[in-house]
Amino acid sequence: MAEHFATTEVTVHHEPSSSTKRIWKVFWILLIITIIELGLGLSIYALDLPESLKLLLIKIVIIILSLSKAFYIVSVFMHLGDEIRNLIMTIAVPLLLFTWFIYAFLHDGNSYKNLRNKYDKYYEQRGKQQMEMKKEDKAEKKAEKK
Amino acid sequence: MTTTAVSQHQTKWWSGGKSPFNVEYGKLMMWYFLMSDSFTFGAFLISYGTIRFSQNYWPAPSIVFNTFPGAGEANLPLAFVSVMTFILIMSSVTMVLAVHEGHHGNRKGVVKWLAWTIVGGFAFLGCQAWEWNHLITGEHLVLVNDHLEKWGQSMSHNPWGPQVPHIELQRLGISVAEHEKVFTPGPVAFGGYFYGITGFHGFHVFSGVIINIIMLTMAQTGVFDRKGHYLMIEKAGLYWHFVDLVWVFVFLCFYLI
Repeated sequence: MAEHFATTEVTVHHEPSSSTKRIWKVFWILLIITIIELGLGLSIYALDLPESLKLLLIKIVIIILSLSKAFYIVSVFMHLGDEIRNLIMTIAVPLLLFTWFIYAFLHDGNSYKNLRNKYDKYYEQRGKQQMEMKKEDKAEKKAEKK
Repeated sequence: MTTTAVSQHQTKWWSGGKSPFNVEYGKLMMWYFLMSDSFTFGAFLISYGTIRFSQNYWPAPSIVFNTFPGAGEANLPLAFVSVMTFILIMSSVTMVLAVHEGHHGNRKGVVKWLAWTIVGGFAFLGCQAWEWNHLITGEHLVLVNDHLEKWGQSMSHNPWGPQVPHIELQRLGISVAEHEKVFTPGPVAFGGYFYGITGFHGFHVFSGVIINIIMLTMAQTGVFDRKGHYLMIEKAGLYWHFVDLVWVFVFLCFYLI
């Protein structure tokens, strides 16, 4: 079986699939997910939500959709799903470090903001001004709509 | 098929003479390279996230990315980037079709789909060039020290802080047309991260296109037919899909949330 590839390395032959059905199916899945993501992205813009739980929820949904896209690309297009378990694990497990990596750094950024707002009066004032500007602008927009 | 073969060899799998991961060396190393590259991109994106989280204000993507080539000043949030995303997904599909033809040793099919992948790569790069050019040379009204300036998006200037209400402008004695938007200066870090990360991704796309062109000429001249296998196309394919994979996250972090 190894002769099939005519390489010097001994590997067990992967049976190539005969149809491209699976590829096109994943293409449609990716396309539909992307369209949903865009719809959600635009809804953030259209609803013009202030920082709120609702906004956070929409963003979390978009992140989950992106991760599912990544899963389809890696497992089907890159054929990692067809490899043996050892290989999948040696690639996937190190990537778990990202969870801590993301949590620690975003938390750090957030904490930096809070500390600056607390101790740097100029920074806090500017932040407040910006927020007021945003509110005033919104009120103006609303008045225009009426 | 694969699984039965695996169980047959299970006792001797790690005792030498066989590839324990059941892939050839080059492909395994490509996987490890891509894993390390994903940490590079991850570090960039997380650092961007850290700075973004440390700011009181960050411009919404639908305000920054709302133009389309040939549409002038029309407000079309996220329209152009969805075209770019579609191009990249499509080129990923043509690449996987090229790999698929390679499995069957069909030279004509490989050449055809690789050529389309290259076309997609160039189309994406063209879109990115337009977008960068538009952001750098664009002129946006910014209120600086109570007077108006025209700024483009650069590494040192960000023209997308909170919008200044027209009432405020009247108070300052500045008159602008009714439809014109005036902003305060936005976070400076935006430019560096945006150009740095999309540029690094664009560089990956560019090198992917070069690799694909080399693969195309090799396939065309029958190198792989003489070798008896198209495994090289698979490795190039892995790299190309990785480029698409990174775009999923760049798209997420810069354009969607």
